[in-house]
Amino acid sequence: MARVVVDVMLKPEILDPQGQAVQRALPRLGYTGISDVRQGKRFELEVDGPVDDAALARIREMAETFLANTVIEDFNVKVES
Amino acid sequence: MTARIGVVTFPGTLDDRDTQRAVRLAGAEPVALWHRDKDLRQVDAVVLPGGFSYGDYLRAGAISRFSPMMETIIEQAKGGMPVLGICNGFQVLTEAHLLPGAMLRNTGLHFVCRDQRLRVETSGTAWTGDFTAGQEISIPLKNIDGRYTADPRTLDELEAEGRVVFRYAAGPVADGYGNPNGSLRDIAGISNAAGNVVGLMPHPEHAVESLIGTGRRDGLAFFTSVLKGLVSV
Amino acid sequence: MSLDTVKQAEQTPETGQPWKELGLKEDEYQRIREILGRRPTGAELAMYSVMWSEHCSYKSSKVHLKQFGEKAPRTDALLVGIGENAGVVDVGQGYAVTFKIESHNHPSYIEPYQGAATGVGGIVRDILAMGARPVAVMDPLRFGAAGHPDTKRVLPGVVAGIGGYGNCLGLPNIGGEVVFDPCYQGNPLVNALCVGVMKHEDIHLAKASGSGNRVILYGARTGGDGIGGVSVLASETFDATGPSRRPAVQVGDPFQEKLLIECTLELFREKLVTGIQDLGGAGLSCATSELASAGSGGMRIELDRVPLRDATLSPEEILMSESQERMCAIVEPDKVDRFLEICEKWDVIATDIGEVTDGVRLEITWHGEQIVDVPPRSVAHEGPTYHRPFARPDWQDTLQADDAGALPRPVSADELREQVLALVGSPNQASKEWITDQYDRFVQGNTVLAQPEDSGLIRIDEETGLGVAVATDGNGRYAKLDPYAGAQLALAEAYRNVAATGARPLAVSDCLNFGSPEDPAVMWQFAEATRGLADGCLALGTPVTGGNVSLYNQTGETAIHPTPVVAVLGVIDDVARRTPMAFKDPGQLVYLLGDTREEFGGSAWSQVVHDHLGGLPPAVDLEREKLLAEILISASRDGMIDAAHDLSDGGLVQAVTESCLRGGLGARLVVPDGLDAFTFLFSESAGRAVVAVPRSEEMRFTDMCGARGLPATRIGVIDGDAIEVQGEFSLPLAELRAAHEATIPALLA
Repeated sequence: MARVVVDVMLKPEILDPQGQAVQRALPRLGYTGISDVRQGKRFELEVDGPVDDAALARIREMAETFLANTVIEDFNVKVES
Repeated sequence: MTARIGVVTFPGTLDDRDTQRAVRLAGAEPVALWHRDKDLRQVDAVVLPGGFSYGDYLRAGAISRFSPMMETIIEQAKGGMPVLGICNGFQVLTEAHLLPGAMLRNTGLHFVCRDQRLRVETSGTAWTGDFTAGQEISIPLKNIDGRYTADPRTLDELEAEGRVVFRYAAGPVADGYGNPNGSLRDIAGISNAAGNVVGLMPHPEHAVESLIGTGRRDGLAFFTSVLKGLVSV
Repeated sequence: MSLDTVKQAEQTPETGQPWKELGLKEDEYQRIREILGRRPTGAELAMYSVMWSEHCSYKSSKVHLKQFGEKAPRTDALLVGIGENAGVVDVGQGYAVTFKIESHNHPSYIEPYQGAATGVGGIVRDILAMGARPVAVMDPLRFGAAGHPDTKRVLPGVVAGIGGYGNCLGLPNIGGEVVFDPCYQGNPLVNALCVGVMKHEDIHLAKASGSGNRVILYGARTGGDGIGGVSVLASETFDATGPSRRPAVQVGDPFQEKLLIECTLELFREKLVTGIQDLGGAGLSCATSELASAGSGGMRIELDRVPLRDATLSPEEILMSESQERMCAIVEPDKVDRFLEICEKWDVIATDIGEVTDGVRLEITWHGEQIVDVPPRSVAHEGPTYHRPFARPDWQDTLQADDAGALPRPVSADELREQVLALVGSPNQASKEWITDQYDRFVQGNTVLAQPEDSGLIRIDEETGLGVAVATDGNGRYAKLDPYAGAQLALAEAYRNVAATGARPLAVSDCLNFGSPEDPAVMWQFAEATRGLADGCLALGTPVTGGNVSLYNQTGETAIHPTPVVAVLGVIDDVARRTPMAFKDPGQLVYLLGDTREEFGGSAWSQVVHDHLGGLPPAVDLEREKLLAEILISASRDGMIDAAHDLSDGGLVQAVTESCLRGGLGARLVVPDGLDAFTFLFSESAGRAVVAVPRSEEMRFTDMCGARGLPATRIGVIDGDAIEVQGEFSLPLAELRAAHEATIPALLA
């Protein structure tokens, strides 16, 4: 069984108050030198059968129409062994 | 004949019974619609009420948008049937691409529940005919993912075509004014190009009785507006 | 590890067992062996240990709680009393209302968001299990010092958890409290109340009867949440010096709970449920043993049928798991198909896990092998009873002798004015809007009044306007000075708050938050408070219908202030007659009802200005409270008053400030004869309220008060945009509003 990971991130131009809240907290916790934080989502898909081009194409379609809202989010699909 | 207005219940919908009450108080017959059905039961218009359908999991409205009932509604909306999306219903409409843009987490990161001052920007939609442009109304607002966003071109288009239906009115915060969630250009509600599909974050169905909630009845005109349109057709 | 079966337990009587680690005392373990006539199996030991914990068995408190039954006032209103998931009260027109308050203190300190969220979830399921549709929630909260860094960790998490869960269920949050005091620093109090409504014939009970009926578990899958949470989380003290432990915390899924509510209500509507119990603390151990214990026969459960989220769980863990959003129903065999159909409609997993038997034992098997064979009563209802020693502590006299009346008082009008501003802007007296605006108070479209009003008021019948009001109150400072009086003052305040909105008080639920029962001083506080509350309920005619005890609220050796939180439920025949708190009609007269004495012990003034706690709390006069309530209700019904606000912590100036700010109008006040300005403004004498009387009603109103013997003093008029105390000072509303509303956001936002 293979695992495919879909990372979904807000587009760079979209304000991410949750990421900003994390960033603002970092200096208070003693972590310096972090200039920006963006928060995203990670989906781990356990795939039955081989992850061939056809399977990946289906997953990309799923990510584009369902897992991500491409009005505000970008996504990235990668195969983990 | 009494107009029939459908109210859709998705798993996790909260304001379906409240919306049915508002429809009844406006003089129409509320018809309960279930997300798994495809049949609209001969309704003349549809309201997608507020709530947390599917727990807002994935994104608010993202899972409901794929229900059988939404397939029918999308088709009918394109044919001109009046559709109103309130709060989570608005989120469903943007996820379904019946309305442009998307809703993000409020800039304050908190759930906000307040009596919200709005300016009605146009009376030229199926759901705002009983208002006058420029009129200010107060209805409850309650959400955590209410920050309207769209790219600048879309926003320009919405403004140019008169499709910004409601704006958060400017004024003292203590009196219910102000942009509560960081929505771009203070947008609280929009319509499609034809004006039959309207979505907004605040809750007209919670402002229909003088004794209840804020005690204001500014929300009733949403429902009477659509009735007039249906009668005159 | 091999399965510990009943057969094996019989054959290996000498096997050592971890009874101590599970929190049992040696004599308790021996009693289990006597009951069973052998050593318990691992699964049985797990069940007994969790059901005999303080949290589930009330072993330290039940000898005192008995009074609520023994001293219960006669009333026709009580349909279901103490002992069920929640009490049920008749409110007329065929309606019954159920309500209950519970604590989720310790879990909320460890994981504020989930602790508070699952607290809401648990109390909502209790109400649902009675057959009622939940219609409102309230959350009395207590935190450490407002400015303490840990309060900034705990409070926002708790508030977000309550909102995140409750908002998602569609339950209006209509009241509650937020109190700060250093005594709660390492042990916040997160209490949660839920109200539900049903018709009389819809009342359901937690009992398994009818041999052959099926036992159906439905809702979420079972996972490793809060295993042992009941004993570990709810009964042990946090020890700052001990090794850092992060016990398994339950995680809530409000979406699942919302489905569970709608699904269960549909099951009730179709009359498919014979008995029902929610799964809360102690999970399946509790639900199965309580259902069987209250029923007519025995029960047989096939534990391996329970749907799991984590396939590695052992049978003991499945029995102990506190996974949220689960219910257990007893269903007649021919109704099972329809039951499962409705569950499928709502995407709720439902599993037939066993049956009601005509035997007398609770039997549980795991893949065909018997692992539990016990008399269910011995688990659920015959746990140990402790008669813990209690003694009035030595320091009580010293504390009471430290009279707050001797504290320096303001010497000039300017100083008086400054102290008023300091009071209304102090964290405890400041506006809590920043918190309550994170809760949905409008959903369901029946909210007539919500916080900051004196009580939450909801309509339950759209045709007739029938409504119910609920208020919760507690004052740990008063109770520390005198636990007997403190409990009665909490009761009196909640009773008064309900009456102030025009509703007739009917019944009580209580959440008793105390320190360690192993400390005789704490046990004395508990004994005094329960005695005070039981006597008070008898005097006011409002029975205790249920509630919850939370002990071990302390950090190290230091107990919290004894904090009995009392919820009073009332009924109003027509919500159109409700009385709000806002002063919004210029020219209306302000009357003070009741007697004002020099009473400053435990007062907000003594805390804010002098950081002082000592002396005696305000005197209690329950006959006077009854009279005041009758006047407030009559005046509301007959339209003699347009606003009312109870006087409690902060005294008159706090109440008038709140009513003025709410209505956006000022008031001109005159200090009555026989009182000095300071006492007039800051005294916390009980049994008082301020009301706004239209001039046209003045004669009728004062005649009524006179005829019934309630002192009513005209103290001013609603007017302008400042609160002016004649001859003393004038404070613009804008300045008061700034002081009142800026504090909490500045501390927490």
